[in-house]
Amino acid sequence: METFHSARRDFLLQIGGVAGAAWITVQWPGILAAAQHAHEAAKANPVPAFEVLTPEEAKEIEALSSTIIPSDELPGAREAGVVYFIDRALKTFAADAKPVYEQGLADLHKMTREMFPGVERFSAATPDQQEKLLAKLEAEAQSGRGPGRRMGGTSGMSFADTLRFHTVAGFLVDPEGGGNRDYAGWKVIGRDPAHTFSPPFGFYDKDYPGWQPASPETESK
Amino acid sequence: MTQAKVTYKPSDEVDFVIIGSGAAGGVLAKELSTNGFRVVVLEQGPYLTEADFTHDEIEVFTNHRLTNDPKRQPVTFRQTEAEKAMLQPSVLYGRCVGGSSVHFTANFWRFHEIDFIERSKVGEIPGTGFTDWPITYADLEPYYTKVEWEIGVSGQAGASPFDPPRSKPYPMPPLPVKGSGVVFERGARKLGYHPFPAPMAILSQPRPGRSACVNCGFCLGFGCEVGAKSSSLATVIRLAERTGRCEVRPNCYVHRIATDKNGRATGAVYFDAHRAAHLQKAKAVIVCANGAETPRLLLLSDNNAFPNGLANSSGLVGKYLMPNSGAMAYGVFDEPLNDYKGPAVSRVFHDFYELDAKKLGFYGGGGLDARFDFTPIGFALNGLPPGTPRWGKEFKKALQQNFTRTMEIFCHATSLPVSTNNFSLDPDVKDAWGLPALRMTYKDHPNDMKMMAWMAERAMEILDAAGAKTKWHPPISETRFAVHLLGTCRMGNDPKSSVINPDHRTHDVPNLFLCDGSSLVTSGRGQPTMTIQALAYRAADRITALAKRGDLAGLADHAA
Repeated sequence: METFHSARRDFLLQIGGVAGAAWITVQWPGILAAAQHAHEAAKANPVPAFEVLTPEEAKEIEALSSTIIPSDELPGAREAGVVYFIDRALKTFAADAKPVYEQGLADLHKMTREMFPGVERFSAATPDQQEKLLAKLEAEAQSGRGPGRRMGGTSGMSFADTLRFHTVAGFLVDPEGGGNRDYAGWKVIGRDPAHTFSPPFGFYDKDYPGWQPASPETESK
Repeated sequence: MTQAKVTYKPSDEVDFVIIGSGAAGGVLAKELSTNGFRVVVLEQGPYLTEADFTHDEIEVFTNHRLTNDPKRQPVTFRQTEAEKAMLQPSVLYGRCVGGSSVHFTANFWRFHEIDFIERSKVGEIPGTGFTDWPITYADLEPYYTKVEWEIGVSGQAGASPFDPPRSKPYPMPPLPVKGSGVVFERGARKLGYHPFPAPMAILSQPRPGRSACVNCGFCLGFGCEVGAKSSSLATVIRLAERTGRCEVRPNCYVHRIATDKNGRATGAVYFDAHRAAHLQKAKAVIVCANGAETPRLLLLSDNNAFPNGLANSSGLVGKYLMPNSGAMAYGVFDEPLNDYKGPAVSRVFHDFYELDAKKLGFYGGGGLDARFDFTPIGFALNGLPPGTPRWGKEFKKALQQNFTRTMEIFCHATSLPVSTNNFSLDPDVKDAWGLPALRMTYKDHPNDMKMMAWMAERAMEILDAAGAKTKWHPPISETRFAVHLLGTCRMGNDPKSSVINPDHRTHDVPNLFLCDGSSLVTSGRGQPTMTIQALAYRAADRITALAKRGDLAGLADHAA
């Protein structure tokens, strides 16, 4: 039987095929509501308490999202306040994914102890170990073997896919709707936060001479 | 001077009630009220204006501020009539004053002569209801021109050698070229094609009360904050209200067309925002609710006299759904395009408008455009080349490199009309008002699948010629989602094989008219809104003429 997960993936592709990629976003009801909270939470000082996640869970999720989008010379998931976005998501559009996170984190702790005896938590592992753990989690989700294969919530997504999806959304959600803190995500992808633009927009249109009909030489080719 | 806005009571028998305020409904409201008729427009969505529009994705996408809400208005989908349809948000349309013209891309091509007479030229295509239109391009040309000048369309006349004849140039020059347009033009010309500045229903020059485009980039999916997108909301709806004879009434969900014992329509029954039902009385009813909701409303309006649904003696209400075939290819370039700025599209070509069916082994044709319409999240999840790491340093690096350097070639093409592709009422699923949900049944004709695959290959060649360092196209897969909702109450001369006549009058109910995407006989090449609006201008002329000559009971006196 085809899983809802793969059907959904095909569906996302197909939306692009007919309607344009912008519509893909339509398929994520609620995801952006979480952004406003991430924005406010990340801005607030002192940082407010989590509403859904325990401090321990939050610590693990922040470590995981920071493995998905690491911090380097440019901001990563941590600087964008992604964990606050996820906390809010679990209260709103992704409330049914709470068990996915709980089971996923439990599986991950077990995996951590098995792969790296003496390391009790993902967040306590070295960056290299964290990458190996996330790779295994992803591989299990993709292959359908091992605890990482588990699907949950009404979205029918694995823990790894849910986590990646929520991390990316919290990182790149439109800052005007409240979201990636200080445009952290947009800085990375190079999206100018300005509200209006004038041409030229980029490299290739800089020296464009204006539209001309194709020359006869071009025609003959 | 602006007249005070008029309001009517549901018990006032107005001349026309128009259901839907989108591309067609807005035009008909403006034209008929200008011609002296009293008009009520019932719109199921809210009345938003520029001040309500925002770049806030929360409002637009999460709260479905501008579109149908799959939670309250579930849609089911199946591929064939033998299957049980499953819940799937397979239809998307604008649900606000202005309809889908508020959020659309604004690609604005005319149909060509061939679109109206293609069956005669190509011959029969087995398994389809492929047929000619009862009207021609020449009939519609004056109305295409009227659309361009009245609502404001940017473009360059004569730039495409494939353009059909036109009586006037565009009212304003094309919008600025984008990086995607420049490299597309370069690649396409190398291959001998004829790219040209995209005709867009977006202002390149200001008009009274409306700004020229400010290139904010929040275009596809969003309402325009500066009134530059030439939606019905920004154009004809305002003119209709200024006549002092037209009321646009939002938050009214029409679920039945009322008829009398003589089989004439008497008005529209709707739920208001508080779910109270009202009958808006009218001498004639015009349904412009889009190619999904128009047939659904007719099917919901069945009664003893019309057991298969109103105006459905042909059995064709809801049939022949054509969503337009599509294929895409992506390219990544060395330098930043920054294509997230500006409207989605700046260059198009129509060299494939009419393909050689004998040579290629499939019928059809289309147009290709150069664009970028990803939002950041969508890009991160779906816009990177296949095989890119899904997380970690390399994932982040790919986002950093590619977001500003990626473009898309979108191939828009024909869909064949197949009767088993249709909209109907779901027998089990109900919407939030307790009414049968919309059910979509769709499986691509094999011809259309072949054409999409062919188009994607051509797009890949263009990206190559344009100098893309990486290029790919998503697998060609079957359609499960429709935005262009076409052909489901088709126009024709024969009541047995069509739902409306060339005046947009239903064959079965003399004072009931339909005008929107459902009226189309063939799909065109992917940009239907321009033709829907030209049809609406023409329909307004036809309906006014019918009223003036006394062919619509009680309406002769009102025509100005």
